[in-house]
Amino acid sequence: MAEASVVVPQNPVEQFLRMDRIPHIWCPGCGIGTSVNSFAHALIDAKIDTKHLAIVSGIGCSGRVAGYTKFDSFHTTHGRAIPFATGLKLANPKLNVVVYSGDGDLFAIGGNHLIHAARRNVDLKVICINNLIYAMTGGQTAPTTPGLVTTSTNPYGTYDPSFNLPYLVEAAGAVYVARWTAFHVKQLARAMQEMFAKKGFSFIEVLSPCPTLYQRRNKMGDGLDTMKFYKQASKVRNGAPTSEVALTKSGEIVVGKFVDRERSDYGVLMHDTLADALGEDYVETEACSCQ
Amino acid sequence: MHADPAGVLTGSHFLDGDHACCEGALAAGARFSSGYPITPSTEVVERFAQRVPTVGGVFIQMEDELAASIALQGAVWGGAKAFTVTSGPGFSLMMEHIGYAAMTETPCVFVDVQRGGPSTGLPTLPAQADMMQVRWGSHGDYAVIALCPNSPQECFDLTITAFNMAEKYRCPVFVMLDEVVGHMTEKVVIPPADQIEVEPRRYTKLPPEAFAPYEPDEDLVPDMPRVGEGYNVHVTGLTHDERGYPDMRPAVQDRLVKRLLDKINKNADKIILYEEDQVEGADVVVVSYGITSRVAQRAIDMARDKGVKVGKFRLITAWPFPEKQIAAIAEKVKGLVVPELNLGQMVREVERAVAGKAVVRLVPHAGGSVHKPEDILNAILEVTRG
Amino acid sequence: MAKGSVQIVVERCKACGFCVEFCPTHVLALSSAFNAKGYHTPYMVHPEKCSGCDLCGMYCPDFAIFGFKNPDAEARKVQAAPEAKEGTAPPSATEEKEASDAR
Repeated sequence: MAEASVVVPQNPVEQFLRMDRIPHIWCPGCGIGTSVNSFAHALIDAKIDTKHLAIVSGIGCSGRVAGYTKFDSFHTTHGRAIPFATGLKLANPKLNVVVYSGDGDLFAIGGNHLIHAARRNVDLKVICINNLIYAMTGGQTAPTTPGLVTTSTNPYGTYDPSFNLPYLVEAAGAVYVARWTAFHVKQLARAMQEMFAKKGFSFIEVLSPCPTLYQRRNKMGDGLDTMKFYKQASKVRNGAPTSEVALTKSGEIVVGKFVDRERSDYGVLMHDTLADALGEDYVETEACSCQ
Repeated sequence: MHADPAGVLTGSHFLDGDHACCEGALAAGARFSSGYPITPSTEVVERFAQRVPTVGGVFIQMEDELAASIALQGAVWGGAKAFTVTSGPGFSLMMEHIGYAAMTETPCVFVDVQRGGPSTGLPTLPAQADMMQVRWGSHGDYAVIALCPNSPQECFDLTITAFNMAEKYRCPVFVMLDEVVGHMTEKVVIPPADQIEVEPRRYTKLPPEAFAPYEPDEDLVPDMPRVGEGYNVHVTGLTHDERGYPDMRPAVQDRLVKRLLDKINKNADKIILYEEDQVEGADVVVVSYGITSRVAQRAIDMARDKGVKVGKFRLITAWPFPEKQIAAIAEKVKGLVVPELNLGQMVREVERAVAGKAVVRLVPHAGGSVHKPEDILNAILEVTRG
Repeated sequence: MAKGSVQIVVERCKACGFCVEFCPTHVLALSSAFNAKGYHTPYMVHPEKCSGCDLCGMYCPDFAIFGFKNPDAEARKVQAAPEAKEGTAPPSATEEKEASDAR
């Protein structure tokens, strides 16, 4: 070796990406890709066995995460990532099942499934990218869209009251509830890491820019302007009552970890009840595998 | 391979169709079901909920049929043989996920215990009015297999067949009961496990680097990857290439969707099941399925007593439809009589296959009870008289 | 030399500006050059201030940039003199540190 050469390391995120599908379809300044970085770092820091990690997503821009990540990944139907993930997890409990989807997919069409999975405390890790809009289909009103903004289906201004996601998910029974924004890359990675260590229905809301549809239509600048807004408007309030963390068009954004509690997850409930009732007759299986 | 004895309730039983169907699923190796209650199908999963914890598996009652129909597919990818049961209104809700199963080539079984419709209709009474829906209910081009038992024994046997075909052809397979077959109680003989043939899941033998999850075999069906073993499977409902990656180009759509149809249609000869009796030399053939075939048998016997040369053709698979067989019959008979518990569904397939070469006489019934044999007999006599 | 450096995949960048804005030591700026898609991509305007923290990498939605820590400057000198390294002398304290950093 005649010359000095620095071995340049690989971007640690790339090991988890299907590089044959990069570049992705997300817009300049979209926060979804940023959240994937936090996710990747969380996997590394938590030393997650990614061979047994499965990602399930729904339909929408955020739903495309399954297609770009190199795990067993399932791009399912609109709103139904959570029930698919429930079946996957119950049939194969050793899988670590992550649901990665958007606010419309998880809370509008998928709302019923979300509340039931939280009620049951199915051991799922749910990452909800909340860009306050239906982005993929062109910028329609979502159940999270704040009041008095313009969308393609509320051209004169939204008047639907919007959901407070952490409040809803806590009420439904989730054991871990947090909110961060795409600006909070490190805290988000840490929260995801905490979520991996949690058993039960765990939920992180990630507020993200949608510069092309939400911000642009409402003259709120681009992705960078939004990230700066997140930085300026966010207040970390760990343990804040979720009833008090509702979002508005340009008001304070309460971020942090709001709920971290213990409840037996669904697998444990099912097992214990059946074992008690059936005793020796209960046939436990590690997985419901055929063949 | 043989059935797993844990799921086989060997013996001679007195069971109704719903219960027999559940036993068929267990014998076939089903170890996961996600269900939602709906009359007259609920007993299938009620029995499964009771049985499966002592066999080794999971039952979960989901919050609706949308969830039930996709949770079972998650379980399939998790490694289980899985199914759900429903009736008309639930069947309608499941349509999107039936399309998802077809598109992702997820092997699974849906049981529809048909009842009067449309809408809430007649929850506790029979019909056979979902026969076109089972074939065409989801959007887009795809093909399915649908089986029609006409007795509790067949509910057991054909449910096993359904699971086997699902694995072989990697598609959703339907067992189309009706409320009468589902709720009639008859003798059901369940053989020993080593006499029951069960199709194993066609897991690939290739390592992850060499394997493309949607690259078909010679039979046009791809092998399945195992989840949790480093294959990094990607499954999507979007039109996809052989790697499973979304690809929106028309050429890819053409290749994929045609194969979804071809894998059933080109293998139809191996899939189609029917029962024939005295079709050779017949003047009239009665084409029927499900509970109606039992009533039709009575009508056929009555007609034969009158000296009419009447044959019987019973559809066991309604889809793929046995068009070659029906076309061959049409060459030789005056006509075909098609009684069904609807206002004309499978008769359209009969007409299509007959292609005008013989008379086709529908004996409709809007549902709510079974036909009177006399109605079918009169149709036979009319056609005979010409 | 700087403690760290960045690697930029120029053709992936969409000039969102996150890395430029959120680099804690303001190492980056958008250049006047542009990539095939017409985006002005970042470059290290103050490379000496880079700590290799990879905050730019964590922000980048397009996986177009990431930061890394440079190996020890001393160790780099050793690498540049292969004869010394291949000699029979026992490893220097620097080489040992480089080996343990690499782990």
